Amino acid sequence: MYKAIKMTEITRLESVFQDKVDKEIKVEAMDWMPEAYRKTNLRQISQHAHSEVVGMLPEGNWITRAPSLKRKAILIAKVQDEAGHGLYLYSAAETLGSSREEMVADLLMGKAKYSSIFNYPTLTWADMGAIGWLVDGAAILNQVMLCRTSYGPYARAMVRICKEESFHQRQGFEALLELSRGTTEQKAMCQDAINRWWWPSLMMFGPKDSDSPNSELSMKWKIKRKTNDELRQQFVDMIAQQVKILGMTLPDSELKWNDKRGHFDFGEINWEEFWNVVKGNGPCNKQRLHARRAAHDNGSWVREAAVAYAEKKAAAKKQKVA
Amino acid sequence: MNAHLDYVLHLADTTLVLAQRNSEWCGHGPILEQDIAITNISLDLLGQARNYYQHAASLINTANPNAQADEDSLAYLRDEREFKNPLLVELEKGDWAKTTLRQFLFSVFQDLQLKRLLHSTDTQIAAIAEKSLKETAYHIAWSSEWVIRLGDGTPESHSRMVTALNEVWEFTGGLFVPAPYELQLAGTIAADVSQLEKPWTETVSNVLEEATLSLPGKTFMQQSGKTGIHTEAMGYILAEMQSLKRSLPTATW
Amino acid sequence: MQIQIKKFYYGDIPEEKSSAPSTPVTRDEHEWPLWEVFIRSKQGLDHKHVGSLHATDAEMAIKNARDVYTRRQEGISIWVVESKNLHASNPDDAAMLYDPAADKIYRHPSFYNLPEEVKHM
Repeated sequence: MYKAIKMTEITRLESVFQDKVDKEIKVEAMDWMPEAYRKTNLRQISQHAHSEVVGMLPEGNWITRAPSLKRKAILIAKVQDEAGHGLYLYSAAETLGSSREEMVADLLMGKAKYSSIFNYPTLTWADMGAIGWLVDGAAILNQVMLCRTSYGPYARAMVRICKEESFHQRQGFEALLELSRGTTEQKAMCQDAINRWWWPSLMMFGPKDSDSPNSELSMKWKIKRKTNDELRQQFVDMIAQQVKILGMTLPDSELKWNDKRGHFDFGEINWEEFWNVVKGNGPCNKQRLHARRAAHDNGSWVREAAVAYAEKKAAAKKQKVA
Repeated sequence: MNAHLDYVLHLADTTLVLAQRNSEWCGHGPILEQDIAITNISLDLLGQARNYYQHAASLINTANPNAQADEDSLAYLRDEREFKNPLLVELEKGDWAKTTLRQFLFSVFQDLQLKRLLHSTDTQIAAIAEKSLKETAYHIAWSSEWVIRLGDGTPESHSRMVTALNEVWEFTGGLFVPAPYELQLAGTIAADVSQLEKPWTETVSNVLEEATLSLPGKTFMQQSGKTGIHTEAMGYILAEMQSLKRSLPTATW
Repeated sequence: MQIQIKKFYYGDIPEEKSSAPSTPVTRDEHEWPLWEVFIRSKQGLDHKHVGSLHATDAEMAIKNARDVYTRRQEGISIWVVESKNLHASNPDDAAMLYDPAADKIYRHPSFYNLPEEVKHM
């Protein structure tokens, strides 16, 4: 079925493709696209999907212990949303020619990555608030940008996700606000969670621009539209203001307003920790993968049985018709 | 008054404990679509529980304006012996066969109970029943499909269903034995659960038949939960659920 | 072309060998089929494509769609169709299929200039 396409033809197609992207015309599943564009998108979308699904675990950890029925309902709904987001994203990735089954296998074998942030443990209830406020806050900056990404199915999934996500950050901040106005223990819990989640949240934006020389291509293809440092600065500026409302502090002695830049200055990220967590040495890397693998393995007979039953029914129906 | 309050708490505890059990699946389901489905059921039940607890709190506060009861004090600060849920809902979630089967057996019961509660002389209970019935209809549809699918799926799924049925069955009888507070209120505020066993068995046996499973024969039935004597699993549910709230009982969250 | 994007947020983490154990994963023999989901958001509107999901049969697909895509009252009616049964026009044929309509401007009401006095036409 595949025709041998000459190099000159590929160059022509590539320029047509780039022209389309430059004009902000979305790329759709069946359109011609450079192989590298397809691969980059597939990897990015599937990793994003894995992040949503693994991201259910740290918060899921507190569902059964949520300290009020209202908070329990909110938390369940939020973690459930993440399952939904994972599902939307796997669907978007599936349009690029990989099955969810394959993508999940890559995750479980440790081949595919997910956001490192979820390899940190959730130690107190305040972590539910800090994750909503800081982690989801960081995620939203990225996700709002991704609503305009050039690949149509990814952009549409992101629009749906952003709509649902808007409650996530708000509920997190509200949960912290409640703690910040509460008992001494609650206040301490709140500050402790902010201290532990602040730096990992900053790491979510990735290495400094000066250390990621090859990200131009994905800017050119409009997969992403803002650099790591731009998004990180935006995040710091936002959070540095909001933390005042909580009456809490961020654990960075170098954090201060810079009138000249019109931005907050902030301290250096611990890149050694960053790389360690990326490489699988975070506090919970193993537990997270183990939990996903257990869900997959324990669900295997369920999925098989459902297929077997559907086939049985379809065969019986056919026989009836014949 | 006490029987009335006990009854509302019984309805509340039952839905809360099953919501808690089902929520344990969140993030661990067999496939994303079903992870979301079981979580939806958990949220439905939790919503029902909150309605009942709020109602119970208002009964308490009306009788004693200084009581300051609320949904959380009732869910989080009562001890195991005060919990009035039937044993069926507190059993460990087990595998997908046990979870879906338990949900099915419970939902069929709940549906029958709620239909009677539409006529409860406590109009608040009647209103909650009306809202809950729509949810329960979906729970029955979802769970019965799973019972059939697994019962009539592969040899492994069939045998897991058989195991689940054997494990769960002895805890179903308690649903139909009225607790003293139910007896006292049967036909007025409460539903007469002793009348529900027949229609329940009919629906259940139809579905089990389609699932190629056989209805277990007459056997001894455990029946203590509604009067506050629970299985050993219950202590762990409450230890987990109440730990944080109890560590700072006066704090708001 | 070797592409390496160094951004470690969702999605673009380089997949070099990690220290994670790579024990093989037991793969399902049959993956659940993929379904496309269409939802009518309110009475009077068309069903609109909202996404896809996996299910073993149509009934399950509808239930899954209900649980996945209508959690915030997004719909009152659901259509599902197994993705393999969906036929699509070929993007390569776009010029042939759609461009010829471009110069038929007389199909649009704005093509016609009528005197002011003619109202409601």
